[in-house]
Amino acid sequence: MTIAEAGAALAAKKISAVELTAAHNAAIAVLNPRLNAYITATPELALTQAQAADARIAAGGAGALTGIPLAIKDLFCTAGSRTTAASNILRPFVPPYESTVTQQLLDAGAVFLGKANLDEFAMGSANITSAYGTVENPWKRNGSDAKLVPGGSSGGSAAAVAARLALGATGTDTGGSIRQPASFTGLAGIKPTYGRCSRYGIIAFSSSLDQAGPIARTVEDCAILLQAMAGFDAKDSTSAERAVPDFRAAVKGGVKGKKIGIPAEYRTDGMSPEILRLWEQGVAWLKAEGAEIREISLPHTKYGLPVYYIVAPAEASSNLARYDGVRFGARVDGEDLIDMYERTRAAGFGAEVKRRIMIGTYVLSAGYYDAYYLKAQKVRALILRDFQTAFADVDAILTPTAPSAAFGLGEKMGDPVTMYLNDVFTVPASLAGVPAMSVPAGLSAEGLPLGLQVIGKHFDEETVLSVSAALERAAGFSALPTIRAGVSA
Amino acid sequence: MSSYVLEGNTGTWEIVVGLEVHAQVVSQAKLFSGASAEYGGAPNAHVSFVDAGFPGMLPVINRECVAQAVRTGLGLQAQINLVSRFDRKNYFYADLPNGYQISQFAHPVVGTGIVEIELQDGTIKKIGITRLHLEQDAGKSMHDQHASKSVIDLNRAGVGLMEIVSEPDIRSPEEAGAYLRKIRQIVRYLGTCDGNMEEGSMRADVNVSVRKPGEAFRTRCEIKNVNSVRFVMHAVEAEAQRQIAVWESGGVVEQETRLYDPAKGETRSMRSKEDAHDYRYFPEPDLLPLVLEQEWVDSLKAALPELPDDKRRRFCEQYGITFYDAGVLTAEQTTADFYESVAKGRDAKLAANWISGDFFAALNRTGKTIETSPVSALALGQLLDLISDQTINGRIAKDVFEEMVETGASPSAIVEAKGLRQVTDTGAIDQAVTAVLAANQDKVAEYKSGKDKLFGFFVGQVMKAMAGKGNPALVNEAVKKQLG
Repeated sequence: MTIAEAGAALAAKKISAVELTAAHNAAIAVLNPRLNAYITATPELALTQAQAADARIAAGGAGALTGIPLAIKDLFCTAGSRTTAASNILRPFVPPYESTVTQQLLDAGAVFLGKANLDEFAMGSANITSAYGTVENPWKRNGSDAKLVPGGSSGGSAAAVAARLALGATGTDTGGSIRQPASFTGLAGIKPTYGRCSRYGIIAFSSSLDQAGPIARTVEDCAILLQAMAGFDAKDSTSAERAVPDFRAAVKGGVKGKKIGIPAEYRTDGMSPEILRLWEQGVAWLKAEGAEIREISLPHTKYGLPVYYIVAPAEASSNLARYDGVRFGARVDGEDLIDMYERTRAAGFGAEVKRRIMIGTYVLSAGYYDAYYLKAQKVRALILRDFQTAFADVDAILTPTAPSAAFGLGEKMGDPVTMYLNDVFTVPASLAGVPAMSVPAGLSAEGLPLGLQVIGKHFDEETVLSVSAALERAAGFSALPTIRAGVSA
Repeated sequence: MSSYVLEGNTGTWEIVVGLEVHAQVVSQAKLFSGASAEYGGAPNAHVSFVDAGFPGMLPVINRECVAQAVRTGLGLQAQINLVSRFDRKNYFYADLPNGYQISQFAHPVVGTGIVEIELQDGTIKKIGITRLHLEQDAGKSMHDQHASKSVIDLNRAGVGLMEIVSEPDIRSPEEAGAYLRKIRQIVRYLGTCDGNMEEGSMRADVNVSVRKPGEAFRTRCEIKNVNSVRFVMHAVEAEAQRQIAVWESGGVVEQETRLYDPAKGETRSMRSKEDAHDYRYFPEPDLLPLVLEQEWVDSLKAALPELPDDKRRRFCEQYGITFYDAGVLTAEQTTADFYESVAKGRDAKLAANWISGDFFAALNRTGKTIETSPVSALALGQLLDLISDQTINGRIAKDVFEEMVETGASPSAIVEAKGLRQVTDTGAIDQAVTAVLAANQDKVAEYKSGKDKLFGFFVGQVMKAMAGKGNPALVNEAVKKQLG
């Protein structure tokens, strides 16, 4: 069932919001102990919200999401519901305020099933850095029961939607944290333009990169969710004061006459042949739908990852300074203030977070700032210019989402850089602030989902959605994960 | 201009001083949150989640704080930068909730400007302003409230500050004091900072170095958080003396941060260069660059109040008072306003004399200010009117004024109640003169034999006989006539 279908069924009173929510609560109770998609499930709160949704439907005042049960990435502050960022340092933290994005979802009538697992402070590409345990991908390789990662950092969100433990989910994307897990779990996910959604109340990782966005089963569902999530917010100075277009209408836009760019630089050495084949298949589908294909160049692509792994840790090192044990969250007492800081942060942060704080602190330090942070900012400007130049000629860009399908828990964990390479195709759009979407396009030889990425111009999510929907129609992706509600336990 | 030097064992030393003045912005709300910026309040009563650095909270610039910074920049005759930017200054401290202070490091909102200071000998000196930038204040740590714990009050955390940085143009403690007073005067005129150094809404970091005349600058030390004009002057001198002693004993002055101890009258090391923080400044990604429109800046400029230097010059020209008097009367906006309402349509010099004389003396004596003065501008004006229309003479006026200070009554009521009207009845005056001369025959003889100075004695005796109420001119005339 999709959000669109559920919405229609609720509106037609074929099902009630309470029934829909109760079914999801039950599925979570069965499957979450295994998948660990939710850090905190809130079944009672969800039922209360569902009752209100039913009342709203009965009163004829239903919104687009009234009664739709969602998973909320545990990076969004939710008033009265524990919000951990998957970190020990926020284990006891219950925010007294609601993030703007989740407030807008609540206003649209959504039901929150719980807080979805993620990499600690959204730092990771496999959902293995969470202090609340790893998340298992509901998909399995053909003939194998090996545990696979769901991608990250929005791994819990993706796993929950894939396993039918939610109809949709919020995610955040800093370097690919919506798109890569969507690709790994056979889902659609969009990172909108930087500034499209308010960051107010979202726990910051890297302020100049973080963007909220939806993960759902279809492009249309993503459009419905994004419609509610997007919009200017006076409480976020970096949110854009622009009207939000009709995203759902854009889904039906088609690609006839649209110019689609294929960036030569994404054809990396050692790219897996099946990823390359998928990409070529995507090109063929769009051509068949009437799009015009153009070879383009994004010459600074290869600097994307190095720039990202300077800018994001730099900002993170500063953003995470507030977790000091003084005012909220966990505290470990010490001999004096410095000792208390050290004990609190040593106990509160995991290894990956500490690594990035140290990298970020280093690149901002006197004597290194110019060589690292400043240089990275300059290259970031060049990457942005690459996209601006390309978008003078094309309406959207098509690339693979990730260099591989979901990998096994324990794989790629030898050194951090191997893990960082997961984001090679998603990071450039993040650095440029342009919208980008992953849409499921096929299965790997091992039977795992693979995604294609559509990148658009600033604030042109409409084209991204219409191109993605065209791919979705052509791909006809209908495979289902092995572990899902009602099928396996 | 007399040049200030200090004598050491190896000859004369010149001092070089630059000030960083932190002035708290007058505004309803804090720089980046809606919490009240008001001084005082119960601890942590004026704290929003933004101020407390809660997860997911974001700063939003307070437009009024920017306007205040621009007004101050205009008052300092400074360049207004239409594009400026905020940076994060990173360091850990318990009263710094975010672990960074939002400040303007690389691109301040206000650039170079000039301030004129007046020295004791009347010379005017120009001190360059390097920049003015906006930043947030930190909270307050208190270490004496609990046996083993420190307590934090975040009421001040996030309040807007203007940091006004001078060029190293200051060459004496006197100049340092005059500069700080002048900055204080300007911001108070503009209403951009209340200048209250006791409450900490204005404080200065003082950079001091010494050198032999003609030399390039030597290493400087920064004395942090000096909170009065007097202490700034003392700190400059104490630090200069310390540095001279170091140099003259063959040592080297190390760049460091120091504190001034007013009780001991000396500075002491706070942290050395090696221990200096690496603040890891970088552009604040939660805020867009601050872009101002020239039209908006122009509208702020057009609405700027008259500045102290301009007002002082105008007072000289318009009221014909001395430059010195005009300086006294324009020291504070409220004094200037008081003076103007008294002087308007009256003898402006007389008004100036009364205000800087009896009126200020009365305020000092009673511990009052212009705002709480028992004598209003209106009442003082009425008193001057009674002098001008000869209802009372100047001598009686002083008594009436004292009565006004004590009781708050109007001058005419006092004059009527006490029968203090001036006597202009020439018959009564002649009578009094006749009586005085008759009682002092010997003095009259002396006067007539050439002792002219006794004339004043006769006038005084007549006034005394008339309880001071005689019209001085008429008394003079009558005495002269009768002495023939």
